Amino acid sequence: MGISIAVCIKPVPDPAHYDKIKIDPVKKTVVREGIPTILNPCDKHALEAALQLRGPDGLVTVIAMAPPNAEETLREALAMGADAAVLLTDRAFAGADTWATSYTLAAGLKKAGNFDLILTGTESADGATTQVPAQLAEWLSWPHLWNAVAIETAGETALKVKTKAENEWSDYQIGLPCLLAVSREANKPRLTSLMGVMKAKKKPLTVWNRCDLDVEDASLGMPGSPTQPGAIFEPEMGRKGIVLSGDAEEIAAQLVEKLRSAGLSIETGDTCAPGGAGV
Amino acid sequence: MQFFQFTEEQDMLRKAVREFVDAEVAPKAKEWDENDHCPVELWPMMGELGLCGVFVPEEYGGAGLGMTERAIVLEEISRHSAGLGIALMTHHLGVAAILYYGNEDQKKRYLPDLCSGKKVGGLSVTEPGGGSDFMGQKCTGELKDGMWVLNGRKCFITNSHIADVDVWTVITGQDEKGRPVMTAFIIDGDAEGHAPGRKEHKLGLRGSVTGDVVCNNVKVAPSQMLQKEGAGAKIAMTTIQEVGRAGMSAINVGILRGCIEEGVKFANERIIYGKPLSKVQAIQLLIGECRVEYEAAKLLTYRAAGMRDAGIPCATEFACAKYFSTEAAVRSSKRIMDAMGGYGIVNEYPVGRFLRDGLASIAAGGTSQIQLLIAAGATLSGK
Repeated sequence: MGISIAVCIKPVPDPAHYDKIKIDPVKKTVVREGIPTILNPCDKHALEAALQLRGPDGLVTVIAMAPPNAEETLREALAMGADAAVLLTDRAFAGADTWATSYTLAAGLKKAGNFDLILTGTESADGATTQVPAQLAEWLSWPHLWNAVAIETAGETALKVKTKAENEWSDYQIGLPCLLAVSREANKPRLTSLMGVMKAKKKPLTVWNRCDLDVEDASLGMPGSPTQPGAIFEPEMGRKGIVLSGDAEEIAAQLVEKLRSAGLSIETGDTCAPGGAGV
Repeated sequence: MQFFQFTEEQDMLRKAVREFVDAEVAPKAKEWDENDHCPVELWPMMGELGLCGVFVPEEYGGAGLGMTERAIVLEEISRHSAGLGIALMTHHLGVAAILYYGNEDQKKRYLPDLCSGKKVGGLSVTEPGGGSDFMGQKCTGELKDGMWVLNGRKCFITNSHIADVDVWTVITGQDEKGRPVMTAFIIDGDAEGHAPGRKEHKLGLRGSVTGDVVCNNVKVAPSQMLQKEGAGAKIAMTTIQEVGRAGMSAINVGILRGCIEEGVKFANERIIYGKPLSKVQAIQLLIGECRVEYEAAKLLTYRAAGMRDAGIPCATEFACAKYFSTEAAVRSSKRIMDAMGGYGIVNEYPVGRFLRDGLASIAAGGTSQIQLLIAAGATLSGK
C-alpha cells in the first residue's frame, strides 16, 4: 500500500538559544532575528511516522507556513526522507494566530494535492498551543485524533491508531482521509544521512504566496487573527539577595528559619561543628 | 581571491552530523576515554549515515562527497571525541588507499563493506624503527609458489585490534641501485598469521585502539597487491600526506571548537566576584586567543581540503594545517584549563581530555618537526 501523506512542519527558534529571545513590546511577537531555527522537534516524529507509513508507492510531502528562510528547514525534512516540499510564505501571512495559521495551511493543503493522510506534531516548541491540528481538521472537514502513539495501516482505507491521554490509552480505527497529531512517544526520528542531504537539493520545493492560494485576505495573518495578545512582558529574572547580620550562630539560626519558612525541611542535629551552620 | 564560505549543502551536512554526534557521541565520549573503549558498535550506524565512506563514489557505496565534507565530519565528531575521530580517520586511510590505488575488482570487493560500516579499515605503515623514515622498513614480502608471504611487525597502528581490512606496506626487494622496493597489499583481517599484538596504553586519543599488528607468514594472492610492485612508497606517502594529515588537522579543529564551547559555557556559568567569569577581561583574552587559533586552523584545514577536492597538490598545505591545528589544540586546551582554575584539572570536565588528545595528535601522521621540515622544504625549493 502506498499512501499520499502530507506532514505539516514548522521552523521554531532553537531551544539552545532561548536565552537570546526577546519579545517585541509593540507587536507583542517573538523577535527571531539572530536566533537560528530548527525543525520543530514534535514535527520530526510526525515526519518519521509518515516515512514509516509511506510504503513503496507512497509519497510524503512536507508543508510549512513560514518566512522565506524556512526553505532551509524544508530542505532538512527532504534530507530526512520526504519526497516533496511546499512553502507558504507571504508578508500577508505574518503574525497569524492558530486560527489564521490553520486556515492558510488548509488552503495550501487543498491546493497541494489529494492527500490520504495529514500528520502534524502535537505542538510547536515556541507557541505550544496544540490547537492547529484540530483546527486544520475542521477546515478540511476530516476526522482527526490527537497524540497518536502508534499508527498502523488497516487495509487500504483505514488506520489503526492508539492515542494516549494522561492516564489512559484508546484504540481507534479511523478511515482515510484523516488527520493525526503524532506523539513524541510514537517513534524515534531517524538521523539524517549525508546521502539524504545531497538528494534533498534535487527534490521539488514549491513556494506559494498569497496570490497562489484560494483564501480571503480578511482571514490572513495578524489582521485576520481573532486572537490578539494582551499584555506581554518578560519576567524579571534577577536574584533577590538578602544580607543576614549577626555572629555565625545568629546568622545560621536566621538562615534555618528562612529556609523553613520557604517550605524546606531542615533538621538540626548534634553533629554540627561548634559555632558552625551545619544544617 | 574567493570569499571562503561553506555551501548550503555543507552547512546542512554539518547539522546532520552534529545531530548524530549529539545523540551518539557526546553522551559517551567521557566513558570511552576513561575505559579506552573504541566504539566499533557505531560503525554500522556511521556507515548508514554515510560517514564511513564520505568521500567514496556512490557506485562503491559511499556518499560521493569530498575531503571538505570529510573534514566537516571529523571536526564535528572530534568536538566531543577525538578518539572516535582518529579511529574513523584511520578507517578512511584504508578506504583511501583502496579507492585511489585499487583496481576495479579490489574496489568492488572491499569498498561497499567498508562504506556500509560492516567492516573497519586500517593502514599499517609505521614500524618500530620509525614512522617518517618509512623507506627504512623491515617488514618483508616474498613471492613463493605464486603467493606473497608477508612477515614483520607494525607498531603505533590505529585500529590495530579492530581492522577487518588492513593495508600493509612491506619491502619486496631492491632496485638496481640497491634501494628498497616498497609494495602495498590489502590483507583481510582474519588472514592466517595476521594478528594484533601489543595494545598501547595512550595518554590521549583514547577511545581509539593503537597497537602492534603482526604478520607471521601471511599468504596473500598477487591480486591483493595495490597497483604494482614498488608502488607502496607512493601509496603510503600520498595517503598519509593528503588523507592522514587532512584528518588530523580536522580532528584538531574539532578539539579547538570543543575548547571554545567548553570555555564559553564555563565562563558564562561560573560566578566570581559577583559576576560571570566571562566578564573578567583576563578570561576574555584567553577566549579571544582560542578563537583566533580556531579560525586560523579552520582556514588552513579547509583551504587544503578544498585544494584536494579541486585536484591541486596540497601536501605542503596539509603539513602546515596539521602542524598548526595540533599545536594550537594543545595551547588552547591549556588556556581553557587555566581559565577554569581547579575545575580545569577535574576529569568531570572534558578540557583535560582535549589537552591529552591534542598532545597525542602531534605524533600521529608525523610530528610537528616533520611538518615544519615539509613546509621548509617546499618553501626553500620555491613551491
